[in-house]
Amino acid sequence: MKKEGWSFSIALTFCVMFAFWMLLSAWTVYLLEPYDLFKVSSRGILAALIVSFLTYEIFVPSRGENVLLKIRRLIPYIGWELWQIYLATIDVTKRVLGILPVDPRIIEFDTTLRSDFALVTFANSITLTPGTITIDIEPEKGRYIVHAIAKEPAESLTVDQTMQKKVGHVFMEE
Amino acid sequence: MIVPFLVVGIIIATTILVCSYRAIYGPGTFNRIVAANVIGTKAIVLLIVVGYIIERPEFIDIALMYAVIAFIGTIIIAKYVERGELC
Amino acid sequence: MLAIDVISTMFLAAGAFFMIIGTAGLLRFPDFYTRLHATGKCDTLGQILIIVGCMTYEGLSFITIKLFFVSAFYLLVGPTGTHALMKAAYASGLPVWRKGDKRM
Repeated sequence: MKKEGWSFSIALTFCVMFAFWMLLSAWTVYLLEPYDLFKVSSRGILAALIVSFLTYEIFVPSRGENVLLKIRRLIPYIGWELWQIYLATIDVTKRVLGILPVDPRIIEFDTTLRSDFALVTFANSITLTPGTITIDIEPEKGRYIVHAIAKEPAESLTVDQTMQKKVGHVFMEE
Repeated sequence: MIVPFLVVGIIIATTILVCSYRAIYGPGTFNRIVAANVIGTKAIVLLIVVGYIIERPEFIDIALMYAVIAFIGTIIIAKYVERGELC
Repeated sequence: MLAIDVISTMFLAAGAFFMIIGTAGLLRFPDFYTRLHATGKCDTLGQILIIVGCMTYEGLSFITIKLFFVSAFYLLVGPTGTHALMKAAYASGLPVWRKGDKRM
């Protein structure tokens, strides 16, 4: 209990874990023994208590500035991301069947993102874009080392820079 | 409605068998790790499809647990090969 | 044959096709780094399509929510595992294949 606001973190984590347990397992128990709420949820309360005492440091309240605005901007970004997964698979299909050539290379570039969540989201998005996978990150300078499979996906990351602008817009360009 | 699930199950099982060629003949350690990861991913999908063929919905819980355990195993093996020790 | 059965069969067929393409890439590409490209992207989309096919067959019930959590978990976790393997290989010195080399 070293950080401030630990009681609020434990309460919030316990509520989220208990709701998740009720969503996944309560329906089989209800079918067997109806109208006995303590029997239905006693296992859930015990499991949620154990998990939330071990992992309560995720919802620290000192990190939550403008959380609702970031969540509201994240949902269209996830929709664009699912379309990019489909384009990436079509691109790999063309390279397997021999229609487009295979010519790999390694590139490096810098960005302006600094916080943990923004760096991890951008690294995941690079892996799901046609033709690129992240190799390494340096957190102080925001430098990415990326392995690209041909010349066009490499240029869409360094020359066009569409994805840096989108992620910077979601996290307000940290 | 059992026939499409049976056909998809047989296709995925054949794919697992073909992918074990890379697990046996892959030159070096890393190709074998990739083949094990791919077999783990296809095993999750195969568990769900078999759960639909024999009409028992409990196989989905087993698939969820196996996904978590396979992810932790891959991360631990990658850390060990990179550094030579586990921490 | 209802309409829901036809839609669900189309999703299952598309998912199985992308899984076959992923395995063909694993056998055919010339280098470790390019094989990770093939499996990391094709396996993710094939799994999502098969699970969406199972979800439309079921309708709206508690099983649909469980299937949705399986596919959402794999969408977050699959690219992370691919990145971890590639970082381990690059840090321990595996050579990169350029165009015109021998197959390794």
